[in-house]
Amino acid sequence: MSGAVVRPYGDTTGDGMVQVSFTLPVPHDKRGEGAAVQLANRMGIDPAMLVHAKQMGDGFTFFVVYGRVNHLVDLSAVRVVERDFPLLSAKEVNAVVKRRLRRKLSVVGACIGTDAHTVGIDAILNVKGVAGEKGLEYYRELSVTNLGAQVSVPELVEAARVARADAVLVSQVVTQRDAHLHNTREMSAAFREAMPAGRRPLLIVGGPRFDESQAAELGVDRIFGRGTTPGEVASYLVHALVSRRVKVA
Amino acid sequence: MTGKLGLDPVLVARARELARRAGQPVVELARSHTTVSVERAVLRLAGVAGADPDGIPWVNRLVDAVVADVGLGHGVALPVFDALVREQLTDVTLLAQKAAAGSVRFVVPSGRAATAARRAARRAVAVGIRQIDRRRVERDRLVRRYGDPRQRPWIYLIVATGDIYEDIPQAQAAARAGADVIAVIRSTGQSLLDYVPEGATREGFAGTYATQENFRLMRAALDSSSKELGRYVRLTNYASGLCMPEMATLAGLERLDMMLNDSMYGILFRDINPVRTFVDQRFSRKVHARAGIVINTGEDNYLTTADAVEEAHTVTVSQLLNEYFAHEAGLADRQLGLGHAFEINPDVPESFRLELAHALLARELFPDAPLKWMPPTKHMTGDVFRGNLLDGFFNLVGAMTGQGILLVGMMTEAVVTPWLSDRDIALQNVRYVLGAAGGLHEDFVPAPGGFIQQRAHRVLGEAVRLLERIGEQSLLTAIAEGTFGIMKRPADRGKGLAGVARHEADYYNPATEILERPV
Repeated sequence: MSGAVVRPYGDTTGDGMVQVSFTLPVPHDKRGEGAAVQLANRMGIDPAMLVHAKQMGDGFTFFVVYGRVNHLVDLSAVRVVERDFPLLSAKEVNAVVKRRLRRKLSVVGACIGTDAHTVGIDAILNVKGVAGEKGLEYYRELSVTNLGAQVSVPELVEAARVARADAVLVSQVVTQRDAHLHNTREMSAAFREAMPAGRRPLLIVGGPRFDESQAAELGVDRIFGRGTTPGEVASYLVHALVSRRVKVA
Repeated sequence: MTGKLGLDPVLVARARELARRAGQPVVELARSHTTVSVERAVLRLAGVAGADPDGIPWVNRLVDAVVADVGLGHGVALPVFDALVREQLTDVTLLAQKAAAGSVRFVVPSGRAATAARRAARRAVAVGIRQIDRRRVERDRLVRRYGDPRQRPWIYLIVATGDIYEDIPQAQAAARAGADVIAVIRSTGQSLLDYVPEGATREGFAGTYATQENFRLMRAALDSSSKELGRYVRLTNYASGLCMPEMATLAGLERLDMMLNDSMYGILFRDINPVRTFVDQRFSRKVHARAGIVINTGEDNYLTTADAVEEAHTVTVSQLLNEYFAHEAGLADRQLGLGHAFEINPDVPESFRLELAHALLARELFPDAPLKWMPPTKHMTGDVFRGNLLDGFFNLVGAMTGQGILLVGMMTEAVVTPWLSDRDIALQNVRYVLGAAGGLHEDFVPAPGGFIQQRAHRVLGEAVRLLERIGEQSLLTAIAEGTFGIMKRPADRGKGLAGVARHEADYYNPATEILERPV
């Protein structure tokens, strides 16, 4: 796909059609509609068709705009984190751990800080899993400790030590005031302080609002975003802890 | 509207009996223990107010001082009111300040001193309870003046900016747009604070701190909205977490109308110690009963962690337990907003019919309870268009099964905290469905022996079997083993355990004494 330039697709290749919706703090009148069209123009939508406007309460209006956007995307210039490890089945994960590691791989998971949303960590760890895929507790060769919600960083470090964790999984759903970023930095700093580099578990965070390319900046080994499945996490664990380490050794 | 499912009345009666049997030992536990938060609630009723310069409420300082001298098991009323006489003070808050400075020693009085302390404590607490009574009368008067919402279900909407002064215009706008009930979501983590913050607050995480002053400000704002709109707009907050009894008390004092108050939520989802939760819950429900507050239970939460089809019966079991605990604490059926939710994976075949079956089962099991119907959250993916459709189907189930309180679903669930436009679109959705199909529950009668009836019977049967299993061991063991919502919560673990004590022989709690006396 390198070199390909794309623009949005409405119903004809290259038509560049998009739809956006937004609210402006203005009453619904001619001037308000004009303001919405002008904003759409500034966003690169030209011509902009104002298809819907509805006043909400006293001084707000909701707008829906359709139109042709004049921006292009050069696919060769798009940078993303591609999956750099093979996807394994549960059976394969178990087999690799058993053969290469010759003990159970220990995983400790938690929601840290005040975040009480265990949906993410439970989806990855609970036997129940997500989208028909079983969670890590289901993997015979993984030993899973799920600390649940609102775990403090010191508690997590201690639990990781007790469980001799090979990997620590942290889920962060609440993102208000960038709580997920602060919490992750605090967590990775605590592990760096508490354990020497060679003895530190693999640090993994996940949550719907993380940028997967920010791992180094946050001091963790890997970030998993929206839609990650337990199988991907298990495959990564095997890749990072068993396959790669054995090759190096 | 009973009898649409052809439920076996013998089986329904058996389910209630089993719930009673499972709940009774827990009630005994609650009757024989107290907690720091129950005692702080007693002091709040007795008029202790305000906080020290670090923001720690005087009720906390006073209870801590009493506990340090004589322990918790006697209750704080006698030691506190005995000290008040000895120190020749009339203001309990002043005593708290002196105690915090370390200049008061507490003892458990006996003989004449005990009788005097008991009388003084009872008199002081009665003032607080009279205030709750006045608030209840005031609500009744305002409801008569402005009227209840014209339609059922009542439309329940959430605001959560973190700043009470932002919440107020948002709540008023929501009321104007059709909301009948406003819930102010609490700041993340407040449930694990072992004190109630003080004053008006402008900073919170994913919600606004629940404080007495925030309660007062929002209630006053909604009173003016009620006047403007010609219908009484209700206010909701949370009696949950480590300060449940105090939250209930403050809600009663400031005329909140509904409180989230589940019997097991704190245990399962906040890892709060089970004994602490059950003791706190019983006291808070007595206060709610007295204050005329409608409680909302949290069964919807089980379905966010467990599968909504396989675990549907755990919702029924929890509703039956919540009903038993609520009745035992003196709440009337009309005060029971028992919870349930639209959380079945929409990719499951016949998911809508399953939802109808579950919602109708709850409706028929608890015909006189308002029931709180909760929108999809778990299967809201960020696809806002699909989410809006799902919310429409959720609203339709609410209309078809005659739910009492409908929490408005947001298409941006799991994306952002609701924007102004999200709320407007969500309310349009509700208005369309209720306008187009609001009376459909009159016509909707599932075919005898058909899919919906069969499903409801099956869930009820599974609920009875689970209650039987709980009866063979105990509710605390069932909770410890992860029966509800998958979480395992043993009775000797969890947060807040240190603040629990067994009653000593001379335990005295004037609030419980007054609340348990028939009005």
